[in-house]
Amino acid sequence: MLAQLFSLGMLGMLAPASSALPTVEMSLSPMLAIAVPLVGAFLIAIAGRWPNIRESITLATAVALLWVVGNLANFVEAQPTAAEKLVDVVPGIPLAFHIEPLGMIYALVASSLWILNSIYSFGYMRANHEPNQTRFYVCFAVSLACVMGIAFASNMFTLFVFYEALSLATFPLVAHSGTPQAIKAARTYLGILMGTSVCLMLPAMVATWVYTGTLDFVPGGVFSEPLANHVLTPALFGVIFALYMFGVGKAALMPAHRWLPAAMVAPTPVSALLHAVAVVKAGVFTVVKVAVYIIGVDQLQKYGQGGWLVLFAGGTILIASFIALFQDNLKRRLAYSTISQLAYVTLGAALLYPISIKAAALHIAAHAFAKITLFFAAGSIYTASHHRIVNVSQLDGIGRKMPWTMAAFTIGTLSMIGLPPTAGFLSKWWMLQGAWTADNQFAVFVLVGSTLLNAGYFLPIVYRAFFKPPPANEAAEVGHGHAHAEHAHAHGEAPLPMVLALIGTAAATVVLFFQPDVFAGLATMLADSLPKVVP
Amino acid sequence: MEFESEFMRALMEHLPVVVVTIPLFGGLLTLFTGLIQRGGGVVAWLWSLLVTAAILACASLLLWQVQTTGEQVIYRLGSWPEQWGIVYIVDALNAYVIFTIALLGFMATLYAKTSIEAEVAHDRHHQFYTVWLLAIAGLIGISVTGDAFNVYVLLEIASLTVYTLVAMGGERDRRALVASLKYLILGSIGATFILLGIGYLLMLTGTLNMADMHDQLTQMHARGELAHNRTVLVGFAFLMVGLGLKMALFPLHLWLPNAYTYAPSAVSVLIASTATKVGVYMTFRFVFTIWGGVYDTSEDMYLLSLLACAGIVISSVTAISQFDAKKVLAYSSIGQLAYIVLGFSMVNEPGVTSSVIHIFNHAVVKGGMFMALGAVCLRTGGTSIEHLQGIGKQMPLTMAAFTIGGLGLIGVPMTAGFVSKWFLIEGAMEHGHWALAFVVLLGSLLALIYIWRLVEIIWLRPPLDPKRVVKEAPLTMLIPMWILIGSSIAFGIDATWTAETAQAAARVILEGAKL
Repeated sequence: MLAQLFSLGMLGMLAPASSALPTVEMSLSPMLAIAVPLVGAFLIAIAGRWPNIRESITLATAVALLWVVGNLANFVEAQPTAAEKLVDVVPGIPLAFHIEPLGMIYALVASSLWILNSIYSFGYMRANHEPNQTRFYVCFAVSLACVMGIAFASNMFTLFVFYEALSLATFPLVAHSGTPQAIKAARTYLGILMGTSVCLMLPAMVATWVYTGTLDFVPGGVFSEPLANHVLTPALFGVIFALYMFGVGKAALMPAHRWLPAAMVAPTPVSALLHAVAVVKAGVFTVVKVAVYIIGVDQLQKYGQGGWLVLFAGGTILIASFIALFQDNLKRRLAYSTISQLAYVTLGAALLYPISIKAAALHIAAHAFAKITLFFAAGSIYTASHHRIVNVSQLDGIGRKMPWTMAAFTIGTLSMIGLPPTAGFLSKWWMLQGAWTADNQFAVFVLVGSTLLNAGYFLPIVYRAFFKPPPANEAAEVGHGHAHAEHAHAHGEAPLPMVLALIGTAAATVVLFFQPDVFAGLATMLADSLPKVVP
Repeated sequence: MEFESEFMRALMEHLPVVVVTIPLFGGLLTLFTGLIQRGGGVVAWLWSLLVTAAILACASLLLWQVQTTGEQVIYRLGSWPEQWGIVYIVDALNAYVIFTIALLGFMATLYAKTSIEAEVAHDRHHQFYTVWLLAIAGLIGISVTGDAFNVYVLLEIASLTVYTLVAMGGERDRRALVASLKYLILGSIGATFILLGIGYLLMLTGTLNMADMHDQLTQMHARGELAHNRTVLVGFAFLMVGLGLKMALFPLHLWLPNAYTYAPSAVSVLIASTATKVGVYMTFRFVFTIWGGVYDTSEDMYLLSLLACAGIVISSVTAISQFDAKKVLAYSSIGQLAYIVLGFSMVNEPGVTSSVIHIFNHAVVKGGMFMALGAVCLRTGGTSIEHLQGIGKQMPLTMAAFTIGGLGLIGVPMTAGFVSKWFLIEGAMEHGHWALAFVVLLGSLLALIYIWRLVEIIWLRPPLDPKRVVKEAPLTMLIPMWILIGSSIAFGIDATWTAETAQAAARVILEGAKL
């Protein structure tokens, strides 16, 4: 089996090199998307001694992965494709993969951002002289393989396997610096993520298996039969749903959100790609996937379960935004913003209407591009200022020294608030429509209220950066000239790869507003495939 | 050619007894290697390796035979009929247990060379390997026999030899002697209780053959002679306490931690992966094959599940605060044994399957992990936290094996431990006991804590003395270690074979449990 994966991976690596990224007519296996980063990780580990080769391999792997995922996207249809089985783990429960719209959104977001994030990482890791860089790139590639496994899983078990593997693969990245503080944070991270998944998601999964005899992702869910036959009571069905929702710790639904601020101790590229995109989106992706393909939103409506989730998601949105208002550390503020934005997706799933599910799916993409921009900017500031600027209160006048960075940051901010011309506007627009359709006053209130709060904690940053003068002592420092040549130099932009990357993601945020078809089309496809609900 | 097929036919016919006689006589012959070289040395090891390889081959054949024919293999010693003679019976359950012991026995012997050279005096190797092979003979014998008294005899062989093996650690650490004595006292009490239990059974039924005992009991039950029968109650109680001691079921586990910790590394590997498992096997036979369907054991099973839950939680919590990694694993073994007990106490198919499958899964995982710690002990002189600090960079292969094994103990998906856990939770839910399922999950969380604590010490902390040069473990250690850890991964990714074998065994067990 490993040999199979390996050869698949080699094929994926060589194919783009041999021909200039052609599209293929033949259908590729989703397993290829898992194999490519795994082989990449292996090669990166071998090339660890030669940084330039190592980084080239990282980039080549990222490009190859996007190529594979892009080709897989040609085969996506509203109904999931037939599952491809890799191996039967326990009789009846295989590791198997398929392609469907929601997973494709997630895979496309993660693989396209990996390229930009890799470019950013080269600048960041080198400029900050980070230790253990090979381990960093290897773990990163392995994490991406896990992400692809989650995105293309065709049953809950496969998803669970890669979900747990992702927690373990990202642990060394969070504990990267090896300081006692980092290790403590990494412990919190792993403890909460594994704790919730093992104690809540796993029993929910076993219960699903015991009551339905399957763990496959089926449009409309798998519970209709046992519920109709009264084998399963609606109350227990509600409990299983709750176990799933809180079991997905990566969705950071309160009160299981503490790991995300803790994870901010990691190097910024990790916070950017993993803790704004890959890991957290694995969480909300699982939430939506379980709601649509295991639980079945129509079943939830029919049996009147799941109404509480709107309250929890709404509460998380407001409370996290409120906490973010008072965070001075920039990355922590971004982390709380992420918690609140993730809850939007959960809210979309909880509203149980196709339009809200569509909004949730699109928000996975919209938030990803904007939030990674914000993290890139935070990391650039940290790098350019030689590790001195980590707090919001230190940002006065930074926009003048780092115009590109802060312009990109502003675009990300607009998307967070949900203003045009950014992608965040579209998903919020649909989400509001969903809330109206569901006639849920609370959800409408949450969406409006959180928009205000988002503006409340993001716009002051933009204001400080562009409109406040730089602090006086810093100006004096610059005046010292030769004595602090390094510092004076530091207040320019960050290294070029970093700036390029963040301009790229900011541009994508705007482009997605005008050309949302890639993701919106997939989201619509997903929403259309949902069983029509009879109210 | 003619001769070969003749030999094979004879071998196949006598397989059930051959798996016991090979180590029994092979062990006695090991003593004579002392004549070739003082202390036996490498000759004793090579001979033992040959013997265990032969057992493994025979055990594999036996398993293959049972699985292909799907029938019991019945072997009458000396062709005496069951009523008078000793009969060996091999079915889907014990063929699997014997295979597990034979596999671990071979791997541990392969591993033992370096460990024993470093830990046991050079003029005693022939004695060590004699006792070693006798222990394996005893363990396999218990698993193969269908005669209740023969179980006791072989149990004494296995126990006495294991006490001796533990005491051999005394040259490295004197505490091994005390640990062995404690083990001797408690183990003897356990064995005596089992003997008393068998005695009561003999009183009731007038036979020592297990199948016959069951038939007699069934008839007595049909005649209503067993209701309010004190002999039944007392006999069963003696058996359960005795077996509980042998299985190290909480709160009868006190002999275990020190015995595992201070025994020579190779001995820890062998006994941690097989000794208590044989106790579990005996429990299957006594509770299900003999008493099954005769006596309503639901209350006893309820008590067992409570003790198992307590064992899982308490031993895991204790493991978290240990300073010696071997002791962490020892306490973890008590917890893992409790999982096995919890599984069969549910008396449903997924539950019993999880018990049976965990016998193998835990054996390979724990065996591999004790091998890794033995390698650390060899290279650094100990297995406490100071010895482990930052060792990951110096012994990457060994410590990678240890870490992957640890993931198996936690029950991370794609490791063998997960498959066991999956069946166990399924059993609990089918039983309608969500509370039991949550105890299992709590146990995994606690395992995550005690394993992760070691993982951080091994990989993330700097070594205490950076100038200390530590070499990677030798190949004789790395190969068996990685075979065991690799099979934990292999049977975690594709558990079809283990799961189907265990399900067949579970059906054998449950067949006897039907009221």
